[in-house]
Formats: sequence, C-alpha cells, structure tokens
Amino acid sequence: MKKYLVVLSILFAVSIHANAQDRYFTRNGKVTFLSDTPMEKIDAVNSQATSVIDVSSGNFEFSVLMKAFEFEKALMMEHFHENYVESDKYPKSVFKGTIENISSVDFNKDGVYPVKFKGTLLLHGVTKDLNGQGVFTVKAGKINGSSNFVIQLSDYKIEIPSLVKEKVSNDVKITVDAIYAKFQK
Amino acid sequence: MPFMRSFKSKSVVFFFFLFSLLSAKSFAQDDLLSLLGDEPNKKEFVKNAFKATRVISAQSMEQVAAGVLDFRILHRFGRVNGGSREAYGLDQATIRLGLDYGISNRVMVGIGRSSNKKEIDVYAKYRMIWQGKGKGSIPFSLIFISGVVKDGLEWSNPERNNYYTSRLAFYQQAILGRKFSDVFSLQLMPTLVHRNIVKTTDDLHDIYSMGVGGRIKLTRRLALTAEYFYNLPDQLSATNTNPLSIGIDIETGGHVFQLHFTNALGMNERSLITDTNGSWEKGDIHFGFNISRVFTLSKPKSFKNK
Repeated sequence: MKKYLVVLSILFAVSIHANAQDRYFTRNGKVTFLSDTPMEKIDAVNSQATSVIDVSSGNFEFSVLMKAFEFEKALMMEHFHENYVESDKYPKSVFKGTIENISSVDFNKDGVYPVKFKGTLLLHGVTKDLNGQGVFTVKAGKINGSSNFVIQLSDYKIEIPSLVKEKVSNDVKITVDAIYAKFQK
Repeated sequence: MPFMRSFKSKSVVFFFFLFSLLSAKSFAQDDLLSLLGDEPNKKEFVKNAFKATRVISAQSMEQVAAGVLDFRILHRFGRVNGGSREAYGLDQATIRLGLDYGISNRVMVGIGRSSNKKEIDVYAKYRMIWQGKGKGSIPFSLIFISGVVKDGLEWSNPERNNYYTSRLAFYQQAILGRKFSDVFSLQLMPTLVHRNIVKTTDDLHDIYSMGVGGRIKLTRRLALTAEYFYNLPDQLSATNTNPLSIGIDIETGGHVFQLHFTNALGMNERSLITDTNGSWEKGDIHFGFNISRVFTLSKPKSFKNK
C-alpha cells in the first residue's frame, strides 16, 4: 500500500510538471460569425481572440473581445454593439471547456486530429452549455485548431426586433480558426 | 514502537499523496487565460454618443464612418398653430436633402439643398479630438465644422449690381462634446455665422451664437434629444428668436427616425441660427422628422476581397 501511494504521488508530481509544460496558446485566433437570411447576410471577423489549451487535462479556454469584431458595414457594427451584444456592458465572450479525447491528439506529430469538446459559452452575460466538434491539424510543428458550430441568439437573451426578423437570423454560425504556439513561462 | 513508526511514515506518505492530489486539483482549476497575463490596457474610442450625425437640425458629435455615404432627408411641416385649415401645419413642407460622406473616420464632408431660400450648403467636418476610454485617453471630443451656404433665390432688386459673392454666407462651428454615460451625452456648439450681404446697414455681418445639444437614452431603441442656440444679444432683429428643438430618436433596427418639435425651419447653420423667428409661447412650432439611408461605398480593408 505504502509503495503504491509513493508511486502514485510521484506520478502526480510528474504529471504536474508535465502540466506546466504542455500548454499551447494564441493571441490572434480568428473568430467569425455569420447570420445568413435571404434578405441580408451579416458577417464579422475578429482576429484577436486569445486561447489557452492545457494538453494534460484537455481543458481549454477561449476569450473574444466583442469590440474587436469588424464588419463590412459600419451601421451593422453600430447595431451589433449598441443593440444586440451590448458590448459596453458585456465586453467579452468566453468559452471554457474540455476536449474529451485530448489523449488522441499528438501535438508533436503531423496529422489531422478530430476532437470533441464540451463546455460553457458566456455571451451577452448569459452562460450556456455548448458542445461541439473541432479539428487539430499539426503540420511541420504548426498547430492549427478549428471548429464551427451554431448558436441561437435567443439562448443568450439577444433579441431581434420584429421589424428586422427577416434580416437577422436567430441561428448564427460561428467559425473558429487559431494557430497555437507552445506556452513558455 | 514499531506500530507507531509505521503509522507515522504511512501517514506522512498519505499526506504527501493528498497534497499532490490537492495541488493537481488546484492546477486544473486555474484560470488558463490568466496565464497570458493582463491584456494591454487598450485605448478605445467612445462611440455612439448620439444616434445620428445630427442632434436634430444641428450637427452632433458623431460622423459617418469611412467609406459610408449617408442620404439624409430633413423635413419640417408648417406651424401647428395654423389651425385645422392648415391641417395643423401638415399642408406645408420644408425640406433639406443632403448627402454626407465619410472620407475617413475623422473627416466627413456634406452637401445639402434646402427648399427654404433654395439654399445649397457645403461643409467639412473634422474630428480633431476623439473621446476615449482607457489609460491616457481624452475625456471629450472636439470637432470643427466649416461650411458655406449659397442663397439660390432670384435677386430681389435686379437693377442693382449683384455680385455672386453676395449670395454667400459662411459658418464656423466647434463642437465640444462628451458622452458622460451610456444614457447621457452633452455638447456645446460655439458658432460664428458670417453673412456677406445683410438687409440693412444696421444688420451685423457676423453673428455669434452658443449652441447646446444633448441626448438622454430612455431605452436601447429610444432616446430623448434637445438642442438650443443662444444668439448673443443685440445681434439680430427683434423678430428673430433662438431656435429650440425637442425630439425623440427611434431606432427601428435598420434606421434611426428622428421626430421632433421645433420653432426653426432652418436646416443649415445659417438659416437655423439667423433666420429663426418662430416663438414657442405663441405656438409657432413645427413638427418635423429626419430620416437617413446609408450606403457603404468603400468597404473596410478586411472585407475588400469579398
């Protein structure tokens, strides 16, 4: 029993050590969203998303500054900030979750690794469960993580006024695309 | 005491194990993003102090964005005290059709045609200081507007030697404004209007005026607005009054409708400041509205290729 415990403790200690090493991060992840209706297409790009992945646990986080979304039309941007996401009040959207099959991803070996994740998305002051799928592509030491999923604006208490119901879709498609680098403290 | 010893060492190992578990746990709970450190305190421009580029008839501290063309219709009905014969003013209409274009996010130019006196006005608006948020940012905006207004009526006395320059009036305006909160914005508008020709030798060519405009946001889509110009005394004739307008901005999702009551028919700075003669007390009040439609002529860089 004693030996067993000692071995376990050492293992844990080692894993903590590994923990500190095996983190990947980005400061310029790309997040886009698309609201597509026959009347109007609204898309926006944000290239300043930050994210950290902890390989040992599979935990990862994503943070997006709402003000950094760029729009094709200035009026869309104004409405986005003023009327929909209220970015002065809720400046950030944060996803916190876990990659369930992180053990199947080898960040040191070239390959395409499909992953499943689950967690919670904070948007417009509302936190909701969000599960989805993504892909890690490792090529020549470059790690690219990407995913796309659909969220419902009504889940996050973002109202669409009846006058523009035909122009703004309640289903918004989100795509995430980020190149990760090893985190060194 | 072999028993005690074994117990002690066992407990030490056990505590060590527990501790390693705990520390592993605390690691997992760490906020991963905090590893990246605090984000640099980015300076950010304060936007949307007003819903539109006009408070009501006067310019606001907002401008159209770069590459955006704004087609704006300002419309004022007749006086509400005209009675039922005049449908309380609805029979008459005075309008200004205007185009405003954002050369950059700080420079905007515009041209407008008013039915009143058939005037054409051209102006440039430049935001020298932009109110910001974050460390070291300036807490107010400072905007300059310079414009010229051309009278388009036929000469009242064709016998006289009428110069083209006599049709012109110029105005210079500074807007010192601040968005105090999401709810409240206020701006001061010191203005100088220079008229090349005046009716009598007693009339002054230069008229100094101090304007004030404000907004109170009632809900996300509804705001109360007001503007007033105080003309320094003894500049204009006794029949002239100071323009006061009170209105609401309604955001429908795609457009902003501005509805208001005003004693002024002027929709450019010259006519607004020097031609107003309605009196609120006597009921010389006009109902009016502004509507606008924007066109994105030049897309932002990141969308250029789409």
